[in-house]
Amino acid sequence: MKKGILMSSVLRREIEQLKKMLLSVGAMVEDAIAKAIYALKQRDVVLAEAIIKADREIDAMEVRVEEECLKILALHQPVAQDLRFVVAVMKINNDLERMGDLAANIAKRTRYLAAQPSLGLPLDFAGMAAKSQAMVKRSLDALVNGDPVLARQILKDDDAVDRMRKDMEDLVLTEIQLRPQFTTHLLKLASVARHLERLADMATNIAEDVIYMVEGEIIRHKDALSE
Amino acid sequence: MIPMMKIREEQSLYTERIYEKRESPIQPMPSKATVPSKVSVRSLNFYYGKNQALFDNSIEIVENKVTAVIGPSGCGKSTHLRVYNRIFELYREQRAEGEIRIDGQNILDPSVDVLKLRQKIGMIFQKPTPFPMSIYENIAYGLRLHFKMSRSEMDGRVEQALKAAALWDEVHGKLNQPGTALSGGQQQRLCIARTLAVEPEIILMDEPCSAIDPIATAKIEELIEELKIKYTICLVTHNMQQAARVSDYTAFFFQGRIVEYGETGQIFQKPKEKKTEEYITGRFG
Repeated sequence: MKKGILMSSVLRREIEQLKKMLLSVGAMVEDAIAKAIYALKQRDVVLAEAIIKADREIDAMEVRVEEECLKILALHQPVAQDLRFVVAVMKINNDLERMGDLAANIAKRTRYLAAQPSLGLPLDFAGMAAKSQAMVKRSLDALVNGDPVLARQILKDDDAVDRMRKDMEDLVLTEIQLRPQFTTHLLKLASVARHLERLADMATNIAEDVIYMVEGEIIRHKDALSE
Repeated sequence: MIPMMKIREEQSLYTERIYEKRESPIQPMPSKATVPSKVSVRSLNFYYGKNQALFDNSIEIVENKVTAVIGPSGCGKSTHLRVYNRIFELYREQRAEGEIRIDGQNILDPSVDVLKLRQKIGMIFQKPTPFPMSIYENIAYGLRLHFKMSRSEMDGRVEQALKAAALWDEVHGKLNQPGTALSGGQQQRLCIARTLAVEPEIILMDEPCSAIDPIATAKIEELIEELKIKYTICLVTHNMQQAARVSDYTAFFFQGRIVEYGETGQIFQKPKEKKTEEYITGRFG
């Protein structure tokens, strides 16, 4: 019994450490997203370049977090809530890294778009970005607080962002037919919408993993499985 | 050259198998009513003199499965198991109340033949307990107690038991050597062979691996996996990983009560009771 308590206090520390590491990846990703959206709005190519470069740090952190998870699994063979936590961290870590990539992708589109004159289309990137960004922030809050109620709210918000992307894509398709000379430009705009929507999807994934972590239930694809 | 076609064929066979499996609907955990239970314990209370050690234990031990019993020291795990073969009766001040039905018969009934009961329910202890006799006699001794047979029949049964306990290959050339000369892990398998020789139906194991090294432990665990095809096994263990590895069901005991009982996968991923969670994750106390 004594050995058990000793072992678990090491595990406790490792898990605390892992939590801190994951949250710092989360902070880096939130920062990258905020800057990517700002750079897009301000046509700031210098900032966009900085975001693309900084993504490498997020990638490196992702590897470190994953290694830490593997170490805990190998050395401590956690069970129950500890097991669910480590598994959730592995998945969330992966999603955060993808979110970093998406921020970098938006920055790459900015590089091109900043040099082009505005087409004057009613594309509400600011509104969509605000929604996606809020979802990302709340998913990380749900993670920090282990809050499944908040996580479930995020799942509902995803539909609105999906709709916005679809509307934007429809608009872009119509414009391509009307002004085919701007096809490249228009496709880049559609791509930004796509990245913003994917960010919201990733926030949804995190929310689902938080629910798994707290309640032990995998709610992903629930509709498909119950058919 | 790598026979790619062959690999492809094998893969498609594998895929077919998966689909075959999928066609039969995925079974949820069998409800208590549908699982054939070998031992049915109802409202079991146990006393060491005036001290009550078990409180209202009720549990269904499933046939041909491994049930792990976990819990902190002194929680009543071993006490609970020791009631099944009435081994506690060797001590006058110990007494059990309640009902333990094995194949429908209440084995706590005084009319039950204890010798027959203990033949039906074998027990393996923490420390290997070989008799101070030859390897052969360790097994033959119990057989003579229960059955009458010729020497050649006896030889056959001894060999069969040693094979079933995965010990034959290591000892067949030295059956006349003392059992106590074997290594700890081998001694433990000898005890298992001795138990299997009298053809029990249930095997109780009280921390069978706590005194042996990891390689010997792996052998015993492998053996448990094979034995459950023929026998119903109850395993008391302090080693949580072992419980997770070898058992189908897990019961968590605390202060003489069964706090939680369920499929091992569920207990170790998502226990229902807070106490279970605290114990298996080492957050106790």
